[in-house]
Amino acid sequence: MRTFKRSYWSVPYLIFMLMFVVMPLVMIAIYSFTDASGSFTLANFKRFFTTPEDLHTFAYSIEVALITTVLCLLLGYPAAWILSNAKLNRSKVTVMLFILPMWINMLIRTLATVALFDFLRLPLGEGALIFGMVYNFLPFMIYPIYNTLEKMDKSYIEAAQDLGASPAKVFTKVTVPLSIHGVLSGILMVFMPTISTFAISELLTLNKVKLLGTTIQENINNGMWNYGSTIALIMLLIIGVTTLFSDSEDKRDNESGGLI
Amino acid sequence: MMKKFFAQAYVWILLIILYAPILIIAIYSFTEAKVLGNWTGFSFNLYRNVFSGGLNNSLVRAIENTLSIGLISAFLSTILGTISAIGIHNLRGRKRKVMTFLNDIPMLNPDIITGISLFVLFVALGISQGYMTVVLAHVSFCTPYVILSIMPKLRQLPANIYEAALDLGASPSQAMRKVIVPQIRPGMISGFILAFTLSIDDFAVTLFTKGNGGLETLSTYIYADARKGGLTPEIRPIMTLIFIAVLILLIIINFRSIKSTKK
Repeated sequence: MRTFKRSYWSVPYLIFMLMFVVMPLVMIAIYSFTDASGSFTLANFKRFFTTPEDLHTFAYSIEVALITTVLCLLLGYPAAWILSNAKLNRSKVTVMLFILPMWINMLIRTLATVALFDFLRLPLGEGALIFGMVYNFLPFMIYPIYNTLEKMDKSYIEAAQDLGASPAKVFTKVTVPLSIHGVLSGILMVFMPTISTFAISELLTLNKVKLLGTTIQENINNGMWNYGSTIALIMLLIIGVTTLFSDSEDKRDNESGGLI
Repeated sequence: MMKKFFAQAYVWILLIILYAPILIIAIYSFTEAKVLGNWTGFSFNLYRNVFSGGLNNSLVRAIENTLSIGLISAFLSTILGTISAIGIHNLRGRKRKVMTFLNDIPMLNPDIITGISLFVLFVALGISQGYMTVVLAHVSFCTPYVILSIMPKLRQLPANIYEAALDLGASPSQAMRKVIVPQIRPGMISGFILAFTLSIDDFAVTLFTKGNGGLETLSTYIYADARKGGLTPEIRPIMTLIFIAVLILLIIINFRSIKSTKK
């Protein structure tokens, strides 16, 4: 045969991925089920579920992530709807303006929020934390919803109108169900980073509020790798469950050459 | 008409809120005050400091590291990504599913998990952490995005174009270099730019894989600086410049994708 099969070209990547993506995750799993000497134990999990402080951080992180996600959805859906509506918005520039902040370093955006609060002489704390989270992640909600609404076949809406549905009915019975994929991936794209963030909470609350990410970082930094890995594994499980609600197949079909 | 007015007003109010923090930083990059919010008169001094080495050396080094790590990671990711995309494109069935699944993991993984899992791996293998480990980590989370920007271009290729080139007498390497690569080059370039942006944007993964050797990138420098309390005033013009750079990059990428859809 004259050729070495081209499918073999994926082999180096397979090895690379096993080495630097799969292995590290397996290590996390191993560390979380072992103690410092390397023998099997469930003590890390027991410790997590019996330490009130960590459980509180866990519940609080979920609460903050949920509040952020809901706020982003409430603010973002109307914006995405307006942007995709040809009668209300013709300019692609506004769409780009919403997407642009996604590409600015999160830390820079967070410090900019701190600057805004300083400038307005508002205190940092929980309010600043929620504002900062929504500010950081709102574009991640708007973008996928805008995408599905934009690709939606507008004749469904016309059909519903012709059949006598009121504007409110058209919205709740046609537009929302047809954009549910976008909403789900928006929720995923906001919930996942909010549950796992760590620097944002530190900077926006002057270290007063601790989120799960901070707890992981502290444990890892203090050499408590086993316990840190356990919390990371718990976080991964939550994210895994959230991912089940979105369909990755859908995402893959939408991939096109460009970014925006 | 009223409806349109309210719709536009809503969108612009959201945009103003979204951009207010960045605007404040940009405005206060033109004054020298140590504390943000104090206006001590218009001046270009902060910008002059950034470019004339009036900065403390560590900040300059952090910027250099950010750029060089970004370029090296983007370069390596693009090479690995191109080879792998061609490989995955020629896979069928179960094997292809496995590769696509593996390719999705780094994109779904939160960066703190990517960071600590690599940290744990490097520690367990006894690899000392520094510049090399940061580059490796960046390649591992950038390559999937490069592959995703090349795959659609491969799909757009006429079927059997590679075989046609071989039948016409090209060697396999000629067929690659002269036929396939020129066709997928736009995807490679978008992938490179995307990888570069992701790399210079990264904070969490870098923080966990940079080791204790004093290596800092701009993100980790800013983080350490912010934790100490006051932010170095020179960070303000740097943030402003980064913002403008990202804006220009995005316009280029956007323009490229519009051009390619028109074709």
